Amino acid sequence: MAAETEDLSPHLPSYLEEDLLPAEHSDAPFEQYLAAVSPRGRTMLLPALLEAQRRYNYISSDTATQIGRSLNVPLADVTGVIEFYSMLTTEPTARSVIRVCVSPVCTMFGSHDVAKSLVHALGTTLGEPTADGEYFVEEVQCLGLCERAPAVLVGERPIGQTTPDVIAELIKRPPDPPSGLIRTGTRLLTSRLGKISPTNLDDYQNSEGLLGLKEALALSPIEVIEKIRSSGLMGRGGAAFPTGIKWESAAKASGESKYIICNADESEPGTFKDRTLMEEDPFSILEGLLIAGYAVGATIGYFYIRGEYPRAQQIVGEAIDTLRKTGLLGKGILGRDFNFDIEVRSGGGAYICGEETALFESIEGKRGFPRIKPPFPTTSGLFGMPTVINNVETFANVPLILRIGPEEYRKFGTDKSPGPRLFCISGDVFMPGLFEITEPLTLKDLIFKHAGGAKMGRKIQAVLLGGAAGKFVPPDQLDVRLTFEDTRAAGLSLGSGVVMVFDETRDLRQVLLDLGHFFAHESCGKCYPCQLGTQRQLEVLERLATGTLIPGDRERLNDVGWTMTDASLCGLGQTAALAVLSAIEHWPQMFE
Amino acid sequence: MPIQLTIDGKPVSIEDGASLMLAAQQAGVDTPVICYHEATTPNGLCRQCVVEVEGWRVLAPACITSAAEGMVVHTASERVTRARRTILEMLNASMDLSEAPAIQQQMDEYKADRKRFPGAHRRSQPLLDDNPFYVRDYDKCLMCWRCVQACGDDLQFTYALSTGGRGYESHIATFFDAPMTETTCVFCGNCVAVCPTNALVSKTEIFMSRGLDYDAIRREKRKQRRAEKKEFSDD
Repeated sequence: MAAETEDLSPHLPSYLEEDLLPAEHSDAPFEQYLAAVSPRGRTMLLPALLEAQRRYNYISSDTATQIGRSLNVPLADVTGVIEFYSMLTTEPTARSVIRVCVSPVCTMFGSHDVAKSLVHALGTTLGEPTADGEYFVEEVQCLGLCERAPAVLVGERPIGQTTPDVIAELIKRPPDPPSGLIRTGTRLLTSRLGKISPTNLDDYQNSEGLLGLKEALALSPIEVIEKIRSSGLMGRGGAAFPTGIKWESAAKASGESKYIICNADESEPGTFKDRTLMEEDPFSILEGLLIAGYAVGATIGYFYIRGEYPRAQQIVGEAIDTLRKTGLLGKGILGRDFNFDIEVRSGGGAYICGEETALFESIEGKRGFPRIKPPFPTTSGLFGMPTVINNVETFANVPLILRIGPEEYRKFGTDKSPGPRLFCISGDVFMPGLFEITEPLTLKDLIFKHAGGAKMGRKIQAVLLGGAAGKFVPPDQLDVRLTFEDTRAAGLSLGSGVVMVFDETRDLRQVLLDLGHFFAHESCGKCYPCQLGTQRQLEVLERLATGTLIPGDRERLNDVGWTMTDASLCGLGQTAALAVLSAIEHWPQMFE
Repeated sequence: MPIQLTIDGKPVSIEDGASLMLAAQQAGVDTPVICYHEATTPNGLCRQCVVEVEGWRVLAPACITSAAEGMVVHTASERVTRARRTILEMLNASMDLSEAPAIQQQMDEYKADRKRFPGAHRRSQPLLDDNPFYVRDYDKCLMCWRCVQACGDDLQFTYALSTGGRGYESHIATFFDAPMTETTCVFCGNCVAVCPTNALVSKTEIFMSRGLDYDAIRREKRKQRRAEKKEFSDD
């Protein structure tokens, strides 16, 4: 690295070195905003494009040129990035963009009718601004409000459990945002949810907050990693990688700087646990990042939150500001030789950016393509530096482990799946919502004893375990215990803790079509199996849903599905056919 | 230090860090490729070179996977063959491969059904003729990215091109669809040289395929120029 940038890496949040707060939401002229961010270069591309979209409702070629020039990004690449992210447009939208969720759960609770009713009332069509430039309605993939389906996002205001009759009125005066439906017995990760004022640091400290950080800072970094390792914590984002091993590897790796990243790009249809944690207990996650930074030797953290979660972004941002003001972020934290700061980054509407290396690319100002592995993030991650990237729920476990100790922590869960675990239950159950599970229990007990079972005495037809990237479980196989080891033995995966329930009145062919649309929309297009396969899969699923299957379609789904599973570059393609393949296995007659 | 591995039952000894593609070559096994080109950085896009490594959950792209000590590799297993055949069939349903003889040959070799996906939505884009040197017929583009790489860090450092869109609708893009003459393009021709499907083709080549020889093409242009000059002087 050049001598003049030795002290101030272009990737360093400027406020670490000087008192300049990021100008993202200031109302200064756009030129002034660009001038403030331009020294950081290409990493500010997505933030700058999102800011332009927010200000002008679209990105004109003049604005794009201005952004490319000031951040030193080739103009063709600016177009490439704009076209990659769903929330960026080159045609005018409107002052208020209304996003109607059409992922499986919202669809089955009538979101298409909500969208239809809304565009009718506004005198427009989907994807067309109203004549007065006030509203623009579009259908989008999962908004992460599955426990309150069907969901709509009006600008930055979420609306849950809406209906076609009331939606046109609601968008004019969106009600208070719905709070998370938290339904748990023993509360460890969720102990503060709904009980404290989320961004009030005193509330947090009065409920055992910061004890984990204090405990960590009393230990050496190696001892902290050892605690995490012996706790047996495994990643809660879906891949279930042992967190301690990840941290140890990054701690040992050499690099000019190291990064901690919180992956809050929660976009798996059916998942809303990370949103709930961020909105109701942001400090616990930030405390986890701080502990990770200390343990690994990193000074910078990024908190990458999906663009469809404006409320979470705002609350996490406020919590970070509070920590900065009280000296818990910045230099010399708690009187120790420990510097750490955290920057919030917004996604731009791309499920693939939840893939860790695609997320790095996104922060680096590029199209969110997953990278080839190896090298792995712990040695060569963000900006090619050693990086620890963990899911929101994983970070929330960290202060808990430090506070109660690994031995106590291991009393929850099972020997091979230690600790508490969050599950997101949605669909046809009496009580959808967020459940914290601390004892091994079966899928059946979770659905019937905890979530109240199906509504109106109906029978359960199927459960989608693990989200869109998961597999269907038929009703006679619900006795599987919800642990890593039991689900793995049954050929299933817990994924991000999604339990989507479909009762006997649902048409599973429609659910499969929704999943097909989801993957075709979210494939990044990098590798051929997924780029082509998600489209070919969707075409057959369209025939399935309309009862127009042609001879050989089941074999087509099998060949396409296995090709994606076997040959795709990243986890998206490798799981894009799992639900379809599991449906073929359980209900072969549906595909004839 | 060379390492030892097994490919289709044959022992292979190769330099540590070499790709499985090189190792297969040494075992006398040809690996089919679509996106791979020796002039551009391999990105593992097409996955046509996938092979099965014993003990691995998924197939490995031979172009970017390093050979490792003790690996047992199968290049013609059922999983490998299905993936290669299906990728070809899906690709053929998406675009015009008529001028990609190497891929046509692979389709024969893997017994790909050219009509495997009836009713499939084909990617279709208008032919772009916006500069004196080459035309862009993106109906024939299979997104190997080689042109973008040749234009960028791999060869020319001109950065006139990027990948645009997403998923199935991915395509090669210029800034806001600008014609090549309004981009940073220097008309070096490297992108045309690395295109595997004639999606990029030089105009000289087109005229030659219409029976004109090089001199005739040059003469015709001079004649045109003279005609234009005359027109102007008549004013």
